[in-house]
Amino acid sequence: MIDIVKVGMADLNTTFCPGVLTTLGLGSCVGICLYDPSTKIAGMVHIMLPSSAQIKNNSNEAKFADTGIVKLMTEMIKIGAKRNKLVSKIAGGAQMFNFNDTSEVMRIGLRNVTATKETLKMLNIPLISEDTGGNYGRTIELYSETGILLIKTIGYGTKQI
Amino acid sequence: MGISIEELNSLQIDVLKEIGNIGAGNAATALSKMISKRIDMDVPKVNILEFKNVAELVGGPETEVVGIYFKVNGDITGSIMVLVDKKSAKMLANLLMGRDSNGDDLDEMDLSALQEVGNILSGSYLSSLSTLTNLNLTMSVPSLAIDMAGAIISVPVILFGQVGDRVMLIETDLFEGTYHVKSNFFLIPDEDSFEILLKSLGVF
Repeated sequence: MIDIVKVGMADLNTTFCPGVLTTLGLGSCVGICLYDPSTKIAGMVHIMLPSSAQIKNNSNEAKFADTGIVKLMTEMIKIGAKRNKLVSKIAGGAQMFNFNDTSEVMRIGLRNVTATKETLKMLNIPLISEDTGGNYGRTIELYSETGILLIKTIGYGTKQI
Repeated sequence: MGISIEELNSLQIDVLKEIGNIGAGNAATALSKMISKRIDMDVPKVNILEFKNVAELVGGPETEVVGIYFKVNGDITGSIMVLVDKKSAKMLANLLMGRDSNGDDLDEMDLSALQEVGNILSGSYLSSLSTLTNLNLTMSVPSLAIDMAGAIISVPVILFGQVGDRVMLIETDLFEGTYHVKSNFFLIPDEDSFEILLKSLGVF
């Protein structure tokens, strides 16, 4: 039996091969997957907001793109992943509701994706592939055996990235 | 910075619950008038939940649900979202159009009817809030989405998430004949508006 580990909203988790990490129903949030192919250690964080700066209650690091990715990386290194081997894949960041005037609040999905990419760049973690934007939800599964990220949707098909 | 749900004291929560009761009652009355039928309602439940438990209300994060979203403007700004499971959505649409069930899928006509139901429910809720607070409040046109519960819920959760780790929602069960509609109602004041809202209710 392969272990399937669920990652909730504003939560993170790691697994060894052959574990599978999954997060269900990503909307405007972003699921960030880090993977070290040399040790097959995989990690996933489900962030909700771009930045922990200027947020009063920012004790949960997994809630924000900036602190969440760093925390995930640290946890993975702690269990044996190699810092310089880490690669990433991301999914989510949809805009679920459409309005003509796209205020800051409504564009939160896009802002989450942008902040995620900036943080990955700053940490020098290559972004291999992404499935972001759109106006639909995604369930994602990261396979530690292969590093494949499976993306399921309602009405927009299933794909691997 | 705004006030988070966690910081509210019991008096403030009671007042918000009472507004929820009045608002939901008026919303059910408005719906009943529109379809000229008697609608019964259970006492609305006002829930304060942690993020991770919200999706369970509608059957888990992957369950297909309907969200109807409005922006609120005026003396306070914020958002309103009505969340119903797909079965309840179909019933609401059937109720409004006075027809019997025709399968589980939602067609264009159903979606249009649902936006109208959303309008009625949110509008009457907002007008009771406006009467109670003397605040001038207006509402945008609805935006509707059908998707996984987790994805739909992420919208109000992110809005609440800017200040805390919990959301507040009002659960209302409506009955008409054999119909049983479960609806969830999110009122999300923007950061600075929460304080204005509580002040106008005399509990800040």
